[in-house]
Amino acid sequence: MSQGIISYGAYVPYHRLDRSTIRKTLGQGGGKGARTVASHDEDSTSIGVEAARRARWGSALPESLYFATTSPGYLDKTNATTIHAALGAGHEGFAVDLGASVRGAVGALRAAAATGGMAVLADVRTGRPGSTDEALSGDGAAAFSFGSGDSVIAEIVSQASATAEFLDRWRMPGDTFSRQWEERFGTQAYLPLIQDVVTRALKEAQIDSATHVIVSSPQARAARTAVAAFAKDTRADTLEAQVGFAGAAHAGLVLADVLDRAKPGDTILLVVAADGADAVVLRVTDAITRRPAVETVREQLAVAGEVSYPDFLSWRGFLVKEPPRRPDPDRPAAPPSARAERWKYAFEGSRCLECSMVNVPPQRVCVKCGSLDRSEPIPLADVQATVATFTIDHLAYSMAPPVIDVVIDFDGGGRYSCQLTDADPSTVAIGDQVEMTFRRMYSTADGVHNYFWKARPARKGAK
Amino acid sequence: MASRGIRDKVAIVGMGCTPFGEHWDKSVDDLLVDAVTGCIDSVPGVSKDDVDAYWVGTMGSGSSGLTLSRPLKIDYKPVSRVENYCATGSESFRNAAYAVASGAYDCVMAVGVEKLKDSGFSGLVIPEPASDGTGADLTAPAMFSFLAPAYCKKYGVEPEQMKEVMTHIAWKNHMNGAKNPRAQFRNEVAKETISCSPLIAGQMGIFDCSGVSDGAAAALIVRAEDAHKYTDKPIYFKALSFIAGPAEGPLDPSYDYTSFTEVVRCAEDAYGQAGVKDPRTEISMAEVHDCFTPTELVLMEDLGFSERGQGWKDVLDGFYDLGGGLPVNPDGGLKSFGHPIGASGLRMLFEMWLQLRGEAGDRQLEDPKLGLTHNLGGAPGACVTFVSIVGSELG
Repeated sequence: MSQGIISYGAYVPYHRLDRSTIRKTLGQGGGKGARTVASHDEDSTSIGVEAARRARWGSALPESLYFATTSPGYLDKTNATTIHAALGAGHEGFAVDLGASVRGAVGALRAAAATGGMAVLADVRTGRPGSTDEALSGDGAAAFSFGSGDSVIAEIVSQASATAEFLDRWRMPGDTFSRQWEERFGTQAYLPLIQDVVTRALKEAQIDSATHVIVSSPQARAARTAVAAFAKDTRADTLEAQVGFAGAAHAGLVLADVLDRAKPGDTILLVVAADGADAVVLRVTDAITRRPAVETVREQLAVAGEVSYPDFLSWRGFLVKEPPRRPDPDRPAAPPSARAERWKYAFEGSRCLECSMVNVPPQRVCVKCGSLDRSEPIPLADVQATVATFTIDHLAYSMAPPVIDVVIDFDGGGRYSCQLTDADPSTVAIGDQVEMTFRRMYSTADGVHNYFWKARPARKGAK
Repeated sequence: MASRGIRDKVAIVGMGCTPFGEHWDKSVDDLLVDAVTGCIDSVPGVSKDDVDAYWVGTMGSGSSGLTLSRPLKIDYKPVSRVENYCATGSESFRNAAYAVASGAYDCVMAVGVEKLKDSGFSGLVIPEPASDGTGADLTAPAMFSFLAPAYCKKYGVEPEQMKEVMTHIAWKNHMNGAKNPRAQFRNEVAKETISCSPLIAGQMGIFDCSGVSDGAAAALIVRAEDAHKYTDKPIYFKALSFIAGPAEGPLDPSYDYTSFTEVVRCAEDAYGQAGVKDPRTEISMAEVHDCFTPTELVLMEDLGFSERGQGWKDVLDGFYDLGGGLPVNPDGGLKSFGHPIGASGLRMLFEMWLQLRGEAGDRQLEDPKLGLTHNLGGAPGACVTFVSIVGSELG
C-alpha cells in the first residue's frame, strides 16, 4: 500500500519588504524583488498554526505532530503543543519540536511520513542589517499530513540521505543572526552530497529525472549549481523573487507551490541540502484532484502589504523605537491560560442548548436566555464574521500603531471584539468580512508570548 | 425595577472639593486631608468627631479604609473603601446616604480621591487581575469611540456633522470650565483647535477626551430632618440609582453601540424615585459623565433629555449650553474640570451643591430647582452607571 502526503497547506505572511529599500537606507545589502515578512504579531509558532489549519482539508488531526523551525518561540518548552492546541486537538496524541536547524524540516517530514502524522514547517528568518541573509531570506510556513491508501495525493517512491560534518552556517543560542563560512567552501562541500543522494533516489525510483525538481538549501550557491544539472522546464520556482529562502519552511513552501499546480502522474524530486543532503521522489496521484479550494501559494502571494525597512528592523528587534507612554502588557498567567485552553488556543465559544445563542468567549450563564451550564462548545476559528463597528486606536500599545479594533459578528451567531490585523486603517468599514488568524499578540518583558486570535480581512475560500 | 428610593430622607449639609489637575506637589494623603478639611470647614461648628462613619471611593489610589483613616487619624470609626470603576465617587456617597437613611448613623462622610498623574502613563491605567491574555485590551478612548460611527450610521448623520457635534460639546465644556476656579483646564478653546487636535481613537481627537488629573472631594451627609441644624441651605437626595449591566454588548450582536442600556434603565429608576415625568423640562441642570464627547451626546438621549436620534441637533442648537434650556456640565465636566476617577462622582454633586445654594459664581444658573448627576464606569455595552437627582427643597 502506498504511503505519502494526504493533504498540505501553506501560509505566506501578508507583509513584503522591497529589498531595494535596504540599500537605500543602509547603503549596503538589499537586492531585487521582495521578501516575505512575518508581521510584528507573528512568529514561527503562529504562522505554523496558519499553515497547519490550511493542511487539514477537513480531516481530524493526525495522531502526531512534528514542528520544525530554526526560530523557535520558546526553548525548554515545546512549541508544537501550541500548534496542537490551536488546532483544537485535545490532549490525546503526540506533538514535538525538531530543531533548530534547516534539516529539522526533513526530520519532521520523515517522522510524519513514518507515523502518518503531520509535519509543520515554519520559519521567521533574518540576518544582520545589510547582510545577504537579511535580504535573501523570507518568512513562511507549510504543513503536510501523511497517510496511506487512496487518500495519498503524492506517494513516496524513494528516498536517500547523506550526512557530513562541516562548518558552513551556525548560530550560538541567544544570537539574533547566523554566521556563514566563506561561500565557496560550503558549495564544494554540499555538491557531492547532493549528487550522491539524487543519484540514489532517482535510481531507486527507476526514473532519470522528475517532472518537478526542487533543491532547497541555506547554501544558495550549492542549490543553484545543483539544480542547473536538470532541464530548465523541470526546475521548480524557488520563490526567491517573492519570498526568499524561508529556512526550515522553504522546501515545504516550494513543494506546496508545486503541488498547487501538479497533475496526476507528475514526479517530484525534492532535495534539501542542510548539514548533509536528503532526497525524496514523490509521485502525484489522481487524488490530487481532492485539493480543496484553499488559497494557493500564488494566491497568497498576490495579497500583500508593504512594510518599510525601519518597521521591518523594529519588528525583528534590531531597531528599538520609543514606545507609547503606556504600561507594558501584563504577562498572561499560566493557570487561567491553561483553564481557557480551548478558548485561548482553539477559539471555541459556547452555544446555548436552550436558545442557540453563541457566546464568545464561552459563558456559563447564557447572555440571551440566562440558562446555566446548558451549552456546547462551538469552534469559531474557521467561521467568518462581519465588522459591526470599529475604531482606530492611536493610544494602544503596538509594534505597529495605530491599532485597528473591531467588533465582529460571526456568521451563524456570536459577537467578539478584537484587533484587526494585516489591514489598512484607511479602508476598514462597517460590513467588511473578516476571518480569524492565530497571532502572537505580544511578548512580555519577562519572556512570555501571548498567543491568541485576531481578525484579518477575509480571503477567498477561507470558510 | 423595584427600588423604593430615599426621596427627601437624606440631605447634604457640607461639601469640600480640591482643585482638580496635575498636583505634582500633593500626595493622595494631602488631597484627602484637603477635601475632608474643606468639607468640615464648610459647616460651622462641626468637627471630625461629629462624623460617625466614612466611605472613601478610589479606583486605584489606595486599598481599604486605611486609605482615609491613616492620613486623617480617624478615631477608631468605620471607614469603607468602595470601588466601581469611574463611578466610584458616586458609589461612595450612595453607600453613605443609605447608611444615614437606615438610621444606623446620624452623620456620615462620603469621600472620593484619585491620583492619576503619579503613574507616568498617558491616559487611564486600570489594574487588572491575572488573566489568560485574551481580553480585547481596548483603551478607554477606543471603546467609547465605537459610539460615533454607530450613531452616524443609525441616524444618517454625516461624519463631518458628528465631528461638529463632538467639537461643540468639548467647546461648551471648556467654556464652562473657564469660569470654574477648581477646573483643571481653565481656558476657552476655539472650535478649530478642538476639531484639528491629533486623533486618539476613531474620530476623537485629544480635545474629545476628558482630563487625566488628581483630585478629591467630600460630602457631609445627615438625615433630612436634622439638616437645618447644620446649614440653612441643605440639598436633598430625590433619587439614587445604580446599575451594573450584564455586559451584553460585547456578546450580543443586537447591541448597536448607540445607547447605554444601563443608563436608560438607571434613569428610569431615578425618575421614578424622584417623581420626574419629563426630564427635559423638569431637570434644571445636569452633570453627566462626559468621559469622551460622543458619550455626552448619547447620554442626552439615554437620560431622556433629547428624543432618540435628535440629541445631536439639540447639542448644535445650544440647548445644553450654559444659557440653554438644560445646561449640561456647567462646571466644565470631566472634559474641563478633569477626571480623577474616585472623586468625579462627588465633584458632580459638588456643582449641584454650589448651584442649588446660589454659590456657583460666574457660572451660576438662574434659580435651579432639580439637578441630576450621572456617573458611568466601563464601556458601551458593558458598564456600571449611576444617576442621582438632588433638589434644594423638600417635597
